[in-house]
Amino acid sequence: MPDSCVDKQREYLLSKLYPELHKAIPAKAILTSIEELRVYECDAFTTMRQLPLLTVLPDSIDQVIHVMRCCYDLDIPVVARGAGTGLTAGSMPVENGVLLGMSKFTRIHDIDLHNRTALIEPGVRNKAVSDAVAPYNLYFAPDPSSQLACSVGGNVAENAGGVHCLKYGLTVHNILELDIVTAEGERVTIGAAALDAAGYDLMAILTGSEGLLGIVVAIRVKLLPKPASARVLLAAFSSIEDAGNAIAEIIGNGIIPAGLEMIDQTGICAIEELMHAGYPTEAAAVIICELDGSIEEVEEELGRVISILEQLNGFDIQVSDNEAESQRIWAARKAAFPALARLAPDNYIMDGTIPRRALAQVWKTINALAAEYDLLVVNVFHAGDGNMHPSILFDASCEDQHRRAEELGTRILELCVQVGGTISGEHGIGLEKINQMCLQFNDAELRQFHALKKAFDEKSLLNPGKQIPTLARCAEFNHMHVHRGEMPFPDLERF
Amino acid sequence: MSVSMEHLQLSLVEKVENAFQNQTPLAIKAGGSKRFYGRAVEGESLSLSSYRGIINYEPSELVITARAGTPLLEIEKVLAEQGQMLAFEPPSFSPDATLGGTIACGLSGPRRPYSGAVRDYVLGATIINGRGELLKFGGQVMKNVAGYDVSRLMTGAQGTLGVLLDISLMVVPKPAYEETLSLTADHAHMQQLLSELGRQPMPVSATALIDNQLHIRLSGAASGVLAAKQRIGGESLTDADLFWHQLNEHRHPFFTCSDPLWRVSLPPAAPAIPSHLLTNVLVEWGGAARWGFSVSSGKELREWVMEQGGHVTCFRNPNDISEVFNPLTPALFKLSQRLKHSFDPHQILNPGRLYDGI
Repeated sequence: MPDSCVDKQREYLLSKLYPELHKAIPAKAILTSIEELRVYECDAFTTMRQLPLLTVLPDSIDQVIHVMRCCYDLDIPVVARGAGTGLTAGSMPVENGVLLGMSKFTRIHDIDLHNRTALIEPGVRNKAVSDAVAPYNLYFAPDPSSQLACSVGGNVAENAGGVHCLKYGLTVHNILELDIVTAEGERVTIGAAALDAAGYDLMAILTGSEGLLGIVVAIRVKLLPKPASARVLLAAFSSIEDAGNAIAEIIGNGIIPAGLEMIDQTGICAIEELMHAGYPTEAAAVIICELDGSIEEVEEELGRVISILEQLNGFDIQVSDNEAESQRIWAARKAAFPALARLAPDNYIMDGTIPRRALAQVWKTINALAAEYDLLVVNVFHAGDGNMHPSILFDASCEDQHRRAEELGTRILELCVQVGGTISGEHGIGLEKINQMCLQFNDAELRQFHALKKAFDEKSLLNPGKQIPTLARCAEFNHMHVHRGEMPFPDLERF
Repeated sequence: MSVSMEHLQLSLVEKVENAFQNQTPLAIKAGGSKRFYGRAVEGESLSLSSYRGIINYEPSELVITARAGTPLLEIEKVLAEQGQMLAFEPPSFSPDATLGGTIACGLSGPRRPYSGAVRDYVLGATIINGRGELLKFGGQVMKNVAGYDVSRLMTGAQGTLGVLLDISLMVVPKPAYEETLSLTADHAHMQQLLSELGRQPMPVSATALIDNQLHIRLSGAASGVLAAKQRIGGESLTDADLFWHQLNEHRHPFFTCSDPLWRVSLPPAAPAIPSHLLTNVLVEWGGAARWGFSVSSGKELREWVMEQGGHVTCFRNPNDISEVFNPLTPALFKLSQRLKHSFDPHQILNPGRLYDGI
């Protein structure tokens, strides 16, 4: 459509929608000027942008219901947004759609100490939950790296993880109940304050549904007691194989660490330069292993882990003796992405997950692919749960580099699927990885996803075009992507 | 996949496809160990018993993948040989219980409040939907957010959304040491103690209150268990494994009664169930699961429980006047019907097993 037509369409929709919204929502909570809307045109994946028709900032559930009913009547799509820290353009607006900002939903309604739950609004920041219940020796387990800023509503939408999910699970394991508003503007409670609920486990599909099935307006989260002791251990290895073996051996010995991370040499050097955390820059890889539990339990496991690491050629083993030292080791790990930002203007972060046994092989193949595409790739890895975060460093202002980075990303994700893994462990699909969904799911599976979406949202108004690609899109992508009819990675052992 | 299993899978897909074409209802079954559970289903039998066997198990990955008809006992034995187990401690109710039935019914045992439920450990599933399509969701990795989490949704759906074929589960190491403490307590005393313990990092892995005796199982590193034992007090229970096993399998003397058995799910700190609604209640899961026998319709009990934020299931021997599962709110029922339709448009998969029309 030519620009003038786009503008006319926009004006027409605004003239229809605005007066309806305004019946229940004050003007100051409805943003329509281009300057104000710029703030909402992307999430933390900044290379994709789209201005919304308008942004509405409700501050009550009734207002959310009103927005949904207006949009349902006028067939206007709605994209919900929390703190906007998503990495896959999941909360990027859609053209001529409403951006529903949940930033005013920041109340913690109820902290129930006896049931160890808290009823909160979706805009509450992840870290704020743990801060609020810290005086009672409790915390909320999911801890994505963005936990200072990201909202719990966003955590639900993405099924966010973090560095402690091997032992404490993802968001889906740590929430009990959700209040949602449907596309039709109906409020529905799913899950329960009890440990299970009657009927289908709708919590399972709502969590991680990226705003395509309903708008989350209240969340009952589970709270856990803080462990009495947590010790963090850092060990260096001169080869990736040794580090990989050490991880398999720790878990094979019946130890479930609270966190188990691995970083390659480029990552170590970048982090060290920024954070000066004492990471050994000569190592091919480091492992960070956190053990938590009762004081006695941690001491016992610590001895066993150190002996495993030593047997498998670990060196420079450092053990935190206090909270500050643990913080130092973790802070450096969590600063991995800012550290990489110093190496290149742009960073394309992958999020594939693989069975741990394939680690060394996948790591080597990634390095070979990086050489083939002439790009630097840094590997930061949630080794405990197999979630890889290879970062492809590039300069987006160079068109060729940008194209190579995207292609390399697709090859890496394809590799993850090939070894029995998935294209996304915790960042979600959004729009950024929507093509790669075609690598993982066939037409029948995609049709089932679309049918499921339709059960919740018949008119397809909630975050349309995200997460689940159309069959036509996949046909096109797969056609472009088949390497002259060859199997990708023919030399690779299949699992 | 072995040729015979591949063949069997194809024939199962074909049967469902035919049933879809002819709109023939199917009653899915395997070991038949939980036939007593849920609403009665009329339909042509679709047996998964022969579709069995462990497909993949590597202890250091903490993942096992097996076919739906695999006996639960076989899975537990193979895991135990490697010092591992299913964290949700499922009841089997019969040596014939299968993995498929366990996942479909979504029942967890004594460890559930402390380690998580069946659905928490489901990583992936291959299913046949009601259109006779073979679909694969999830995978063999802990973290997977590609698409909707359909494999977890299958847990507890009792086959009404899809026929389970292959299932991948996360498994966990067996605790190095376990000990069960017994102390005298009434409901109020139990709640106070468990609420306090729950806010501390205690290695509690099961609780049960029967006839004013509170049993608390501790699991973990020996040093941690012994330290917790010192703090909690009470007597050490001999034959503790047998006790928890019998409780889980409903072979404890408490369960010898042929009246309808009710399972009440509540927030753990909800008050004791008034005795005019249910007498002689057995309390598990730190207060979150409660059992009792009653010949009433369960209507008043349901009303009280729903006010507390819970739900009631008539678990065994329902009489003519009782709904098996707690009725859903109209909005939730509508959503559930639409969801059912999206997987099974002709309502051929275990129709009516959960509710009339679902």
